[in-house]
Amino acid sequence: MKYKYLPHTSEAKFIAYGKNIDEVFRNSALAMFNILGETTKVKPKKELNIKIKAKSYESLLYDFLDELLFLHDTKRIFVHDVKNIKIKDFELTGTVECDDLKNYELKSELKAITYNGMIIRKTKKGYEATVVVDI
Amino acid sequence: MTDWDKKLKLIEKDVYEIAKEGNMQVPLKIFASEKLIEKIKKDDSIQQGINVACLPGIQKQSIMMPDAHQGYGFPVGGVAAFDIETGGISPGGIGFDINCGVRLLTTNLERKDVEPKIKQIMNELFNNIPCGVGGESTLRLTDQELDEVLNTGLDWTLKNGYAQKEDLEKCEENGHMKTADSSKVSQRAKSRGRKQLGTLGAGNHFVEVQIVDEIYDKEIAKIFGITKKDQVVVMIHSGSRGLGHQVCSDYLRAIEDQFSDIVNKLPEKDLAYAPTNSKLAKDYLGAMSSSANFGWCNRQLITFYVRKAFNNTFGDKTKLNLVYDVAHNIAKVEEYKIDNELKKLYVHRKGATRAFGPGHKEIPKIYRDVGQPIILPGSMGTASYVLVGTDKAMNETFSSTPHGAGRLMSRHEANSLFTGEQITKDLEKQKIYIKAASVRGISEEAPNAYKDVDEVVKVADEVGIGKKIVRLRPLGVIKG
Repeated sequence: MKYKYLPHTSEAKFIAYGKNIDEVFRNSALAMFNILGETTKVKPKKELNIKIKAKSYESLLYDFLDELLFLHDTKRIFVHDVKNIKIKDFELTGTVECDDLKNYELKSELKAITYNGMIIRKTKKGYEATVVVDI
Repeated sequence: MTDWDKKLKLIEKDVYEIAKEGNMQVPLKIFASEKLIEKIKKDDSIQQGINVACLPGIQKQSIMMPDAHQGYGFPVGGVAAFDIETGGISPGGIGFDINCGVRLLTTNLERKDVEPKIKQIMNELFNNIPCGVGGESTLRLTDQELDEVLNTGLDWTLKNGYAQKEDLEKCEENGHMKTADSSKVSQRAKSRGRKQLGTLGAGNHFVEVQIVDEIYDKEIAKIFGITKKDQVVVMIHSGSRGLGHQVCSDYLRAIEDQFSDIVNKLPEKDLAYAPTNSKLAKDYLGAMSSSANFGWCNRQLITFYVRKAFNNTFGDKTKLNLVYDVAHNIAKVEEYKIDNELKKLYVHRKGATRAFGPGHKEIPKIYRDVGQPIILPGSMGTASYVLVGTDKAMNETFSSTPHGAGRLMSRHEANSLFTGEQITKDLEKQKIYIKAASVRGISEEAPNAYKDVDEVVKVADEVGIGKKIVRLRPLGVIKG
């Protein structure tokens, strides 16, 4: 399982899984965009490279999701996937595969990423991250 | 889950208290009926209210409204006032959607004029107001123009022909917070906002064509411009869009980086605050006020489109007058008597509406004798209300009252229980016509996913923190 949604009265909450920290970041991105639509149906017509640096895994995850939301809002794109994620010393690089937003009907919009109950932890199988996004 | 029954003490009808204990600086007070407190107990909101009560500089009490529910950091439906000297200002205590709020417009039309043309007017509104995720602003603002929007709010809309002079008089802060400073708004936030000025957005944001269903106080209603049953009115619910969301994110992260010693001690990072005497607090105030100005301009532009749509459908003689525009996600510097001493406080309202009682100098002159109008929207397809501010709110809740029905069910749960098609049909049976940017989004906003707005208003009215004046019900809904 890549991720699952958890109950939260007003916002959207999910837990993402991964064998390693890179994969947990990728699956967090997928979980976030699948709140709005279906990423599997998005054609990967465009590629955008991203680079983000922070001071901890939590703030890096916050900034990573915030950057994706920023690109979604300002470049008017919908995400298919984030490939080649590499994280070293709290610096992330990766490639966003996406298409123009206008080709898809989304059911809602994302306001922001929150720190509400955000946890990234090591498990027996790898890593997991819990995130709440404001919608 | 904590057994709150042991801690909650009913101190008067519909008022519960959790006494100060542990790190709490003040008690937590919850305004709720027996029915609503049961719902409030079910999520994390009470714990969040207690967390707020632990923050330094908090005055008198941490407050939760009858429509309160779990948020992030602070609960939604929460009010907290912090000493301007010893407290802080917290982006999470205001919410990501800075100056999310509502405005109400009266019309000179009646139900009999509008009902036969309801589809026509709703389609006209839908075509005029950019909404939904894909809805893009029709304006192309230069950097300088965007700065003017942020710095001068509704003054910009008046100058550019989007507003009438009376609109400014009937808006909280006259739609222009003087503490705004656009240079404190990041380029990221400006980029997100630029294409969204004059757009409704999605989620619970809406434009509704409503009729007056019941008038509880004829005299005050008349002063507000509501004269009879079946009069048609229009309600607009939207905020500062991506610009405000990004401002909140930017400052939450900046506080985390600059005040890590404070943030690391908090039970939740979203409670992060900048001490009021810090530069970052002043910067955030400038950015938050700019976002609030953007929010008022956004609702004003939507008003401009609404007026156009009504004139196109019902002729040029159709007049839409603003009753009032009030924010429900904002922080303000206000003065209150604390232990017989007049103090300046940062009042944070996150999902709560300002409710100044009669005589307050910030109420427009024409309303000053009766109190500030409060616009309280219900969930999609249910009733909405107009209330008036009271002296009791001034004493009990730092002049605050509820902001709506308040969510009850997660969006995920609502999606699994309802479909957009079914809800559309149910609303049609009640003769409510809905136009939505996304049919799939309708299920998340199902009326049953929210608390009962009638019950929320009943509590506010009976406790005395907002007096019921008019009940409204929808004929048509534009859902973003």
